[in-house]
Amino acid sequence: MTTLAKTGVRDTDLTAAELHAALERVWEPPSGFIGWFKNVFHKPISTRFIFAALGFFALGGVLALLMRLQLAMPENTLLSPDLYNQLFTVHGSTMMFLFAVPVMQAVGLYFVPLMVGTRNLAFPRLNTFGFFVYIIGGVLLWVALFLNIGPDTGWFSYVPLSGPEYSPGKRVDVWAQMITFTELSSLVAAVEIIVTVFKLRAPGMSLNRIPIFVWAQLVTSFMVIFAMPAVMLASAFLAMDRLVDTHFFNPAEGGDALLWQHLFWFFGHPEVYIIFIPATGIVSMLVQTFSRRPIVGYTAIVLSLIATAILGFGLWVHHMFATGLPQLGESFFTAASMLIAIPSGIQIFCWIATLWTGRLLVRTPLLFVAGFIFIFVLGGLTGVMQASVPIDLQVHDTFFVVAHFHYVLIGGAVFPLIGGLYYWFPKMTGRMMSESLGRVNFWIFFIGFNLTFFPMHQLGLAGMPRRVYTYLPQTGWGPLNFVSTIGAFVLSVAVIVFLLNAFVSYRTGALAGENPWGADSLDWSVPSPAPSYNFLYIPTVNSRTPLWTMEPAQPVVTGMRADILEVLVTELHDATPDHRHLLDGPSIWPFLTAVAFGIGVITAIFTAWGVTIGAVLCFITLAGWFWPAGQPIEDTAREAAPPLGERA
Amino acid sequence: MNLLERLQSLTERFAQSALETAGPQAERIAALWWLFFWVCTIIFVLVVAALVFALYRGRARSVEESSGPAVTLDSGREAGIHRKIFGLIVLTAIILFAFLLATEMTGRSLASLTSSGGVTIELTGYRWWWRARYLDPAPERIVVTANEIHIPVGKPVLINLYSRDVIHSLWVPELHGKRDLIPGHPNALWIQADRPGRYDGQCAEFCGQQHAHMRLIVIADPPDRFDAWLDAQRVTAQAPGDDTAKRGMEVFLTGSCALCHAIQGTDANGQVAPDLTHIASRATLAAGTLPNTPGHLAGWIVDPQHVKPGAAMPPNSLSAEDLQALLAYLKGLR
Amino acid sequence: MRAPTINTSAAFDVSELPPIKFGPHATIWWGVIGLLLIEGTMFAILAATYFYLKQNFTVWPPSGTPNPDLFAGSANMALLIASIWPMRIAHRAGLEERRRAVFVALAICSVIGFVSLALRFFEFRAMHIRWDFNAYGSVVWTMLGMHTAHVISSTLENLLITLLMFAGPVERKHFTDTNANAVYWYFVVLGWLPIYAILYFAPRLL
Repeated sequence: MTTLAKTGVRDTDLTAAELHAALERVWEPPSGFIGWFKNVFHKPISTRFIFAALGFFALGGVLALLMRLQLAMPENTLLSPDLYNQLFTVHGSTMMFLFAVPVMQAVGLYFVPLMVGTRNLAFPRLNTFGFFVYIIGGVLLWVALFLNIGPDTGWFSYVPLSGPEYSPGKRVDVWAQMITFTELSSLVAAVEIIVTVFKLRAPGMSLNRIPIFVWAQLVTSFMVIFAMPAVMLASAFLAMDRLVDTHFFNPAEGGDALLWQHLFWFFGHPEVYIIFIPATGIVSMLVQTFSRRPIVGYTAIVLSLIATAILGFGLWVHHMFATGLPQLGESFFTAASMLIAIPSGIQIFCWIATLWTGRLLVRTPLLFVAGFIFIFVLGGLTGVMQASVPIDLQVHDTFFVVAHFHYVLIGGAVFPLIGGLYYWFPKMTGRMMSESLGRVNFWIFFIGFNLTFFPMHQLGLAGMPRRVYTYLPQTGWGPLNFVSTIGAFVLSVAVIVFLLNAFVSYRTGALAGENPWGADSLDWSVPSPAPSYNFLYIPTVNSRTPLWTMEPAQPVVTGMRADILEVLVTELHDATPDHRHLLDGPSIWPFLTAVAFGIGVITAIFTAWGVTIGAVLCFITLAGWFWPAGQPIEDTAREAAPPLGERA
Repeated sequence: MNLLERLQSLTERFAQSALETAGPQAERIAALWWLFFWVCTIIFVLVVAALVFALYRGRARSVEESSGPAVTLDSGREAGIHRKIFGLIVLTAIILFAFLLATEMTGRSLASLTSSGGVTIELTGYRWWWRARYLDPAPERIVVTANEIHIPVGKPVLINLYSRDVIHSLWVPELHGKRDLIPGHPNALWIQADRPGRYDGQCAEFCGQQHAHMRLIVIADPPDRFDAWLDAQRVTAQAPGDDTAKRGMEVFLTGSCALCHAIQGTDANGQVAPDLTHIASRATLAAGTLPNTPGHLAGWIVDPQHVKPGAAMPPNSLSAEDLQALLAYLKGLR
Repeated sequence: MRAPTINTSAAFDVSELPPIKFGPHATIWWGVIGLLLIEGTMFAILAATYFYLKQNFTVWPPSGTPNPDLFAGSANMALLIASIWPMRIAHRAGLEERRRAVFVALAICSVIGFVSLALRFFEFRAMHIRWDFNAYGSVVWTMLGMHTAHVISSTLENLLITLLMFAGPVERKHFTDTNANAVYWYFVVLGWLPIYAILYFAPRLL
């Protein structure tokens, strides 16, 4: 390789103010209407992701309120069974596929680059593509609901009910293609996060110094990679059974109804941990910051995350105990399901020990952490109960399970998420959220949540199955359902208070400064809100809590170019600098590719030619995506290969 | 009354309950449940107490400035914390192992309930009702009924489970946990009732629009009453007693009813809807949705879509006389 | 806590580091590995589906369906394995940034891709069953179809890079693309091994 002359403008050539101006010029997102679609920078894209996911959360919540109104009294006629079935299907699908997984990944896409000390994600354009694919999938589902072709066979869409014979029409096809969109988006985000964590960490951030939130995102991303293909394949089989008469799930022609359940839950159970693990990552960060001490048991927590991820793939059959499996298989899955309590237990003990030995800064995020531990422990224990086959045979598919998974998903994921948003709001906006409104928010949320979901345990034991649009008065389920419905409205008040707080604080909140909580991770070393380029100089790291242990002469990385989109690539294991890497800049093609993909997949709801149409369109847009810009960037042009015909 | 009884008494308001058991299977599961319940409750209380104490203690030590680490780590102390956490994890593992053992023992005792030569019922799920056939080596002694099964008290009963369309799940909480009815995968469940009584069950796997109204009534009778019931069910339908009922039979046979329903001893032999040979002997209509009274029956016949939107039964526009005649006929099918 | 100060005097200078590196050094290489993990999982689940469905049949292939003919599939296997050689050349030439060599080798690979696709047409016929006949038909068509989709996409990628090497302004980063492209092609070829074995020999040997 030729020796490299120092090309371009380097940060060493500039004063800090000049460097700031230079970097702003390069990293500033494109403006204007078209520019919005060309944006490839992780903070704006993740912000959109978070907004969209919270929007879907609100929409899914409205459906929940409608369902709760319908169930408030026996034989209520507010909703027809057909509409109710669409609502609970779209509620579940929205919360799982359009809210919980995407929002956790979105927070990761926002904060992983900031926490590992780099300027963008590894594949900026891919990230934009993933965002638009997700939006298309979400809009598809919701437009379908408003057109009365919302899917109505449950978020789990069991065959044969969802098969061609018992679900004619296009409702289930909408569901199956929504899966294609959201899972593709999720896989894209997973690859982004893995490569960003592996290769773009600041010098000194060896694997054993990565913040636990980043570990959680990394582990989750690997789970996504191994879990999502199962459901994509299963939904493809289902779509083919419905569209081109294959027989994967048709028992009359050698297909198998249980094959669907195996494939679905091989994805579906890890899915729960895909939602939960990032949440525990948030909790670990919050516990560390607000206890003002390094977290107890960093290594144990990281190993717990990994163990949870691995065990998470060994439990899927516990969703199928009632299908009548051989006893030996049942015992194995019972044992595996109970075993997963151990890594969760380790984390909980470590958090409590950290709080116990810390000197607490009691702020809203910490309240959400405490609420999380309370609710999650309860939900976890009911989970242990269900791991036991005989108990599961009674509570399976009842409101007991509805209670259980809302405890682990709202308690286990939404509480940390809201806590995390209170925590990171200053970094995202530059302003603090109101502490007093925050406390009101927490207590309404906590009370409303328990009021809604605690009675459901009892309802399940009293024989109330899930997914019923009504029930007979003599069952005696009325009063508890009524209480639950009241709770749901209390809960929604809490969500409104949160939105209000965010809105008001965004405009009038106290200015935050760089590090209002005195936190330890690199995201808090930059101004609030973080500048477009994240770090003026790429930082270096000397411990697990870099801002707490920073030397007075802690070096920074210099020699990076200030005139192009350059990031520092480091070694996987110890993060020693390896090379400088030019990232792709803004482009319209990721958006167009998402549109092309969307056209193909949505057309495939109606005709198998959709696959061909989509493939051709995607080929064209991908060619546009990867084709070199006419005017190659200075540095690389000089170092480019000679034209064809000359000897290199 | 101790706490346990109070908790149990809470469940007695419910028509069906997994904890108010009526047979050995559900009883074993309930015993296991209470073991888990109490151990988990203790764990929960201890963890929350530790959390509250940690927050209280940490806050008492707090220094009100929001910057940076405030705790100096002492390696000896940290090692002590690690040891304590390790101890708690070992304790957790021991408890889980005990849970596993209890589960295994309960599983075995659930599987141990069998008998030979007892009653065998073939239960087939349809959207949204249940067909029950009491098997017998002699084909003419086979009994076919729907949505209500009778079982003898104190005797294990084998229920073979099939589905004709989508997946359903049999669940009579007072007697046993669930077992799915899966097309292409025959299943079986052993149940036994120890007390006479009516035990309500319900489909527990989402099966479409009327999943909510797919109930099954199980009536446990003392053995002699059960035998009498079974014998009565074996008899073909009673001939209509008076002219009105005769007219009703004609309406049934010549109208659309017989296309789907069967009444043994008549020409009605439809197989896609419940067998009505002994409809008047059953407690409910439309798979446990309505009490079996003439008024409800009339309403159901005329406009089933009002009661169970989406059900397979179409509305029937009968003249008032025809309807009254039909009701009179059906009322006689005891 | 000490305020985070920027200390450029104690700098960690990276100005001499190269602006591009290949193989596991490069982010794109890891991106492709991520993609291969996803695709590999997909193929593994597909294979599991094949054996799961097999349990529902007493004979396999189901009675009335002959074993798949070996010729087209085996020829394809041989061809794909042979294609590793020109792809190796393209791969190495890419690392050395030799534009013409990449062009020639990838052009050959593109041609091989199209021949493989032509053979694939006969492979579908060699299965002696339609996708809508029974679950066996469905799963073998899906396995073949899924791999075919990969051959198509990878061949088109080869073609695209071939055209780029011929016509486009070639930047150094495009050689990282040829690198990643080669890794992907190896996966397509090696992925065919188990699928070939299952489709053609599971009915004969199991």
